[in-house]
Amino acid sequence: MVMLEAKGLTKKFGKVKALNGVDMQVNEGEVYGFIGPNGAGKSTTIRILLGIIKASSGEAKIFGKDVWKDAVDIHKRIAYVPGDVNLWSNLTGGEVIDFFTKMRGAKIDRSRNEELIERFQLDPTKKCGAYSKGNRQKVALVTAFAADADLYILDEPTSGLDPLMERVFQECVLEAKDQGKSVLLSSHILSEVEKLCDKVGIIRQGEIIESGSLRELRHLTRTNLYVETREPLSFEGLSGIHDVQEEGRSYKFQVDTEQLDQVMTHVSQQGIVKIESAPPTLEDLFMRHYEGETVGGEK
Amino acid sequence: MGKEYFSQSGRLARLILRRDRLRIPIWILGFLVMSLLTAVAFDDLYPSQTERQQIASTMENPAITALIGPGYGLDNYTEGAMMAHQMLAMTLLVIGIMSILLVVRHTRADEEDGRIEMIRALPSGRLSNMSATLIVMTGTFIVLALAMGYGLYALGIESMGLNGSMLYGAALGVTGIFFAATTALFAQLSQSSKGATGLSFLLLGVAYLVRAVGDVVNSTISWFSPFGWVLESQVFVNNYWWPVIMTLVLSILIAVVALYLNAIRDLGAGFLPTRNGRRHATPLSQSHIGLTLRLQKTSLISWAAVLFIFGATYGSVLGDTETYFAEIEMMKEFMATKEGVPMTLQFVTMIASIMAILSTIPIVMAAFKLKKEEKKNRTEQILSTAISRKRFLGNYMIVALIASMIMVGSSAIGLSVAGASAIKEGVTFTELFQAIMVYLPAAWVMLGVATLFLGLGRLNGLAWLYLGFAFVIIYFGGILKFPDWVKKLSPYEHIASVPLEDFDWLGTMVLTMIALGLMFIGLTLYRRRDIKG
Repeated sequence: MVMLEAKGLTKKFGKVKALNGVDMQVNEGEVYGFIGPNGAGKSTTIRILLGIIKASSGEAKIFGKDVWKDAVDIHKRIAYVPGDVNLWSNLTGGEVIDFFTKMRGAKIDRSRNEELIERFQLDPTKKCGAYSKGNRQKVALVTAFAADADLYILDEPTSGLDPLMERVFQECVLEAKDQGKSVLLSSHILSEVEKLCDKVGIIRQGEIIESGSLRELRHLTRTNLYVETREPLSFEGLSGIHDVQEEGRSYKFQVDTEQLDQVMTHVSQQGIVKIESAPPTLEDLFMRHYEGETVGGEK
Repeated sequence: MGKEYFSQSGRLARLILRRDRLRIPIWILGFLVMSLLTAVAFDDLYPSQTERQQIASTMENPAITALIGPGYGLDNYTEGAMMAHQMLAMTLLVIGIMSILLVVRHTRADEEDGRIEMIRALPSGRLSNMSATLIVMTGTFIVLALAMGYGLYALGIESMGLNGSMLYGAALGVTGIFFAATTALFAQLSQSSKGATGLSFLLLGVAYLVRAVGDVVNSTISWFSPFGWVLESQVFVNNYWWPVIMTLVLSILIAVVALYLNAIRDLGAGFLPTRNGRRHATPLSQSHIGLTLRLQKTSLISWAAVLFIFGATYGSVLGDTETYFAEIEMMKEFMATKEGVPMTLQFVTMIASIMAILSTIPIVMAAFKLKKEEKKNRTEQILSTAISRKRFLGNYMIVALIASMIMVGSSAIGLSVAGASAIKEGVTFTELFQAIMVYLPAAWVMLGVATLFLGLGRLNGLAWLYLGFAFVIIYFGGILKFPDWVKKLSPYEHIASVPLEDFDWLGTMVLTMIALGLMFIGLTLYRRRDIKG
């Protein structure tokens, strides 16, 4: 079942086109990783999906309802965590958690709250003004996972968290997934996306340039190879070889997937002593899309 | 349809009340205590009609009218008439300030910090936060109006009947609602909370000035100011309710426009254009003191302009005052004057002291900018570079001292340029200029007090309270007959009223030394304390 669907989302801020035809689909029980550099349009897309800003054109639906017109109904079943959480300085974390639950129209489930507070090691009696960035982030995460939502929209949710808490976060996402819930996770931490996500969408300058399951994406790209050979290896006359690093008779390089067969035939003629292959990391994928481009992109 | 716009406004209103559980009651209590005490004091100090009539005649002149508003029922100056004349306009101004601060806090400031985004991601309507804010503000001002009305009535002062007392409360309440609506509107236009606050205070100041000019020159002009409208209710004299009701209707219209604009704009966007800045720092903002100055540039220039206009407005009123006194020679009997000094000068010195206090506000603000920076965790970034704490705080002091010259100077220039051209004879530009400039050392003492609290790192509010106290002493000191020792607690009371009196070298030196001493203590404390961020 499709939980979230966006088609041709475009957003203009004055003359600047922030989004240019973004498509996206998240199904039930799926974790969708949304990656791209700063200013590529991730947060703009998410804000449109939340009905906070209105798309200039295009269509977006969550649970089959229009994100702008039916925002209130949709929001009863979603939970959102922004990357930079700011809270009301003279309320305690505990108060904020309860307030958010009530706003969703749900009953406060004390035992569930306590469990999450315990797991995230949060002191809910502190005033929000006294929390560090990481702790404010934890408050938002506890409120999100305490909600019995069907779709979680998380915009760089782990910024400021320590590695231990990041692990707790990952467990929470996987538990939600096991219960058949869907997650839209925008993140810079590619290892996190790799670990959690079934599907990935890469956005660049307001356009989705690549999307699909991680396997599909990898298939389209390169494989990392490490070989040691008896005879010296020459790559002359071969196409699809990248980033060669030589050290004596050991070689590290990347091969385009479609050239793999030809390259392996060539390498094996030199007498293979040792061979290791690894699928490209998400980072490799990501970097490849931005090679030769000024880092950051335009806002 | 309504759900998409207003869903859960009630719950958000409760959140606002929870957040302001201290703030709002303190404001309301403050107004009640100040107003009720003043009413009681008037009743005590001026028990007989003759005494009140005497006060009325000293108050009936353009300079005073510009300052405190038009007097109604001056020929039958009851306690009620006195209250409405002396207290109402100034209280309305403070109500406006309260309204602006609270509304910006719950609209643009929350939006800027991303809190509205989280609220909007919950099942709440697009306008829920704004409508919740307006609901809470309206409720607050209704409570204030009723409490004030019953409170004044309960004092049992004969001329303050139930109808008049309720109208007095309603006048305060409706002004609060008016400025809540206009601030909500400005929060849509400007993209930042600073911008929204600035525009709102600009409106407040202009409204007060328009009223001042209108009340002196031509009462039609006063109709362009909400203060003019509300004061036209002539509380405790004729008790007209229609100006209050008209103001309420206008406020509702403005609020509807604000809601409409809120509905059609993107979250985080404003209607006024923003522009990009420069690519590189100018040589000025490459040093810390330059940066400190650069960060406050807009604020300092705006304040200087506002003070200049205030000075000029009062300066131009002096011409009318002179004409007025020429017509009524008998006035001299009531007021002890120095031989050969024009009557107008009496008012110059009073206006000068009030202008001096107003000019002190941006000076203290310039110093307290440091506290704001600390709260936003920005001072630690600067202190982690090669700069000592002494230099760091010192730079703020220098900027504040520069500000003191600019602020006191521009109100002095405003007053003397307009005053010298309006007054035909007897008062020169230099005399008017000096009248305000002599207050510089008092402003420095205030800066010293501010530095002391920066050194302590807390209780900043006390510095503002002290400045407020100094204002009350000058503004109400005469009429409320404070004992001498209380008056002497204000540094402004130790300044000789030039040109009425001779310049006091010794007093000036002593005040300057005290100011320096306080700054030194503040600096020492600051070097020792923990930096919070």
